[in-house]
Amino acid sequence: MTIGHLPALQVVIPLLAAPVCFLLGRWPRLAWLLASAVAWTTLVIAIGLWLQVREGGTISYAFGGWAPPWGIEYAVDRLNVLVLLIVSGIAAVIFSGSWESVRQEIPESRQALLFTNLLLCLAGLLGITITGDAFNLFVLLEISSLSTYALISLGRDRRALTASFQYLIMGTIGATFILIGVGILYMLTGTLNMADLAHRLGGLQGSRAMHTAYGFLVIGIGLKLAMFPLHLWLPNAYAYAPSVVSAFIAATATKVAVYVMVRYLYTVFGPEFAFSAMYVQWLFIPVGIIAVLFTSIVALFQHDIKRMLAYSSVAQIGYMLVGIGLVNVTGLTGALLHVFNHALMKGALFLALAAICFRIGNPRIENIRGIARQMPWTMAAFVGGGLSLIGVPLTAGFISKWYLILAAVERGWWPVVAVVVIASLIAVIYVWRVVEAAYLHPRPEDAETVAEAPPALLAVTWALVLANVWFGVNPGLVTSLASGAAEALFGGYLP
Amino acid sequence: MLCMTALVVVYVRHLFSVVMLFGIYSLLSALIFVVLDAADVAFTEAAVGAGVSTVFMLATLVSTGRQEKAPAHSPLLPLAVVTVTGAALIWGTLDMPHFGDPGNPVHVHVADRYIQESPDEIGIPNMVTSVLASYRGYDTMGEVIVIFTALVGVLSLLGVRERRENPVHRTGERHSRPYPVLQVMALLLIPFILVFALYVQFHGDFGPGGGFQAGVIFAAAIILYTLTFGLDDATALLPVKLICMLAAAGVLLYGGTGVVSMLLGGNYLDYDVLAHDPVHGQHYGILVIELGVGITVSTVMIAIFLALVSRAERPR
Amino acid sequence: MGFSLFNYWVVILLMMAGFYTVIASGNLVKKIVGLNIFQTSVFIMYISIGKVFGGSVPILAANTDLYSNPLPHVLILTAIVVGVATTSLALSLAIRIREAYGTVEENDILEISRREDDEE
Repeated sequence: MTIGHLPALQVVIPLLAAPVCFLLGRWPRLAWLLASAVAWTTLVIAIGLWLQVREGGTISYAFGGWAPPWGIEYAVDRLNVLVLLIVSGIAAVIFSGSWESVRQEIPESRQALLFTNLLLCLAGLLGITITGDAFNLFVLLEISSLSTYALISLGRDRRALTASFQYLIMGTIGATFILIGVGILYMLTGTLNMADLAHRLGGLQGSRAMHTAYGFLVIGIGLKLAMFPLHLWLPNAYAYAPSVVSAFIAATATKVAVYVMVRYLYTVFGPEFAFSAMYVQWLFIPVGIIAVLFTSIVALFQHDIKRMLAYSSVAQIGYMLVGIGLVNVTGLTGALLHVFNHALMKGALFLALAAICFRIGNPRIENIRGIARQMPWTMAAFVGGGLSLIGVPLTAGFISKWYLILAAVERGWWPVVAVVVIASLIAVIYVWRVVEAAYLHPRPEDAETVAEAPPALLAVTWALVLANVWFGVNPGLVTSLASGAAEALFGGYLP
Repeated sequence: MLCMTALVVVYVRHLFSVVMLFGIYSLLSALIFVVLDAADVAFTEAAVGAGVSTVFMLATLVSTGRQEKAPAHSPLLPLAVVTVTGAALIWGTLDMPHFGDPGNPVHVHVADRYIQESPDEIGIPNMVTSVLASYRGYDTMGEVIVIFTALVGVLSLLGVRERRENPVHRTGERHSRPYPVLQVMALLLIPFILVFALYVQFHGDFGPGGGFQAGVIFAAAIILYTLTFGLDDATALLPVKLICMLAAAGVLLYGGTGVVSMLLGGNYLDYDVLAHDPVHGQHYGILVIELGVGITVSTVMIAIFLALVSRAERPR
Repeated sequence: MGFSLFNYWVVILLMMAGFYTVIASGNLVKKIVGLNIFQTSVFIMYISIGKVFGGSVPILAANTDLYSNPLPHVLILTAIVVGVATTSLALSLAIRIREAYGTVEENDILEISRREDDEE
């Protein structure tokens, strides 16, 4: 009986754990334990769903027992089970290791609130991923967004407040654009269920209103996923948020937005409309390429390491857009793999930074000189994550870039191949700046001596680093899932 | 009228007027909702937009100041963005289904079932409540969570202080009753508002109303009390801790209903299984979840208001 | 056909007035007001979609069988709640920003932040 309810439980458990966590206000440690336990539970559920999808194909769950399109449906297929796995996995790892860092950075009265927010954010992200209803997606998007704004504003620097406000304004404009787009689609078809929408939009290919809805949805989702040049909110938000929050949202939030984009382009509008009628590839390829090159170069000039990684995130999103824009199965597979792998590498890197923050506070390049001698394990983890970010063979980062290059070669688009290679070389430089400061410089005389990070934080950081290596050496599991999803999404469509 | 209000908001720099104009804008749009047959929405917009949002904004202005500076940068770029967006929308409307035509796809697909079947399937006359609480009950649960998330966010930003720390100050305030006429008027009004809130809560099946509107009206009564009697009397009446516990309890009541229906063998939030026959089950289900909505909405609104005001009162 | 779409055009004008206020205004509180106007106009669009000429309020009544569409009403009830939630969070942020920077004007804040960045 429970098996049948897994799709609902995936979201409802963290959703209802949040008010319980809120009631634990006085006992922040219990709140943390609850949040971590819930995150692990969602991971177990996601694995259960994955096993089910692998055997039986798409799962549909009707809320309230009302069959779609009258009621709200949760639909799980190979595409979103991949995202569910990575989001719940990252949450489980990061939540479990977060206690020491949170206890140091957040005043005691706000600690339980932070965990409540994290749970709400997790529930929202999982819900966005699993839902099959266009309006339900909007509601869950707002749950995750509101909790993210609150999480960012908990940062210690006062600039966290302005970063959060800026994100709130841009995010709400994005959400309102999505609302307008969904409204027009509803006006044209009379339905909100995604599968039903796809079916009914099939007969409306030439409609101007559909083109407008499409435009609003792409821009609205683009704001959420920090699509260049709509990314301006992201660097500040990641730089000033509390360390574990940076790690969690950097690894999950934009990935979910990429998923939403793929879902709308392929499932709702269909590749035929998205690529043959609207030529979205001519938007995504240039935007993606500029994002990759421009923000990689900006990352080179950052002194704050968190900010540097944030710009690098915008560049990584550029890769995903390029993968979508290549319009072939290999390209989409590459984009989906990069969603998965980027979550692993950014999770590892931001956790390593959280460990550094824990000891020295402000992770600026000048402050970490010679720190590798005092925090060898943390810095080694950073190097591991960095290698994956660059895309060195035997790491996860290599696999997704390899697929992107293959896809570009398949289309004969050599400039795209060149861009991927050049940007990886830039990544070598900015990762090297950190490594050089930490390993090759002596620790300044006046700097205080610091110890290694707390074991729990170190353990989860290394768990993610090892995951990067493991999925680099054994990519079969994830690539088969991603390419299966990509093939199903194209459904025989050829550009 | 609506257009004029909106355009004046763009020009006026005095923020107090801007907020009041927004209240007017919201009331006018509530009127439009009535004309367009959306009684429930009109009710909510009037209570939330013209009521709660406006009060929240005024409470904020106390802390942030009332005058806006002249913008330093040129308005050309925003104007261009807005023009392009608007033009795209107007271009898109040209082949939209025409306004009000009963043959539009919107009216003949999903909605048709709600109109034709809901009186039999759910057994209550207000179709909006049927769709809200049952067919799309999960969205409404999401909405309750959104409100709850706002509470968590506001508390993590502002926090609410239980009582004034300075005892001398407190006794001083107890003796001074600055607005006797207002206070008597408020005391006369508040019972009526509370009774009206209860009526709206339990009459939502038949007429416009329901947990959300009732919650906002209930909160309005407490906000009125706080405004006239001061923050300390209000928190003495309703301790913040209690408010927060109730807010969480409302969410759990809603979510718990879903869990119960799951345990009884139905899908999440399937009320059919709650009683021996589906229509009764739907009835119980809707009653309970509307109660959950009412509790959470009213307590969260009160808590947010207290949080905003307590910052304004804090001496700087 | 002009008249049948007129309603949507008015709504679009309102939306754009709100949208303009959000992106052009330098005052954080006014931005929030703009955001609310923007969202409220989108609500009017949704409700317009649901209107049927000659229809009545979707509450079962004996003397009519033509009702306006209840679904957009439900969606907008939800959206109004989402709107007030966002507004209250934005307002608390504005209060905190005022406490931290002494101003809610975007330009002044940018100026202060830039100086801070230079110092580091």
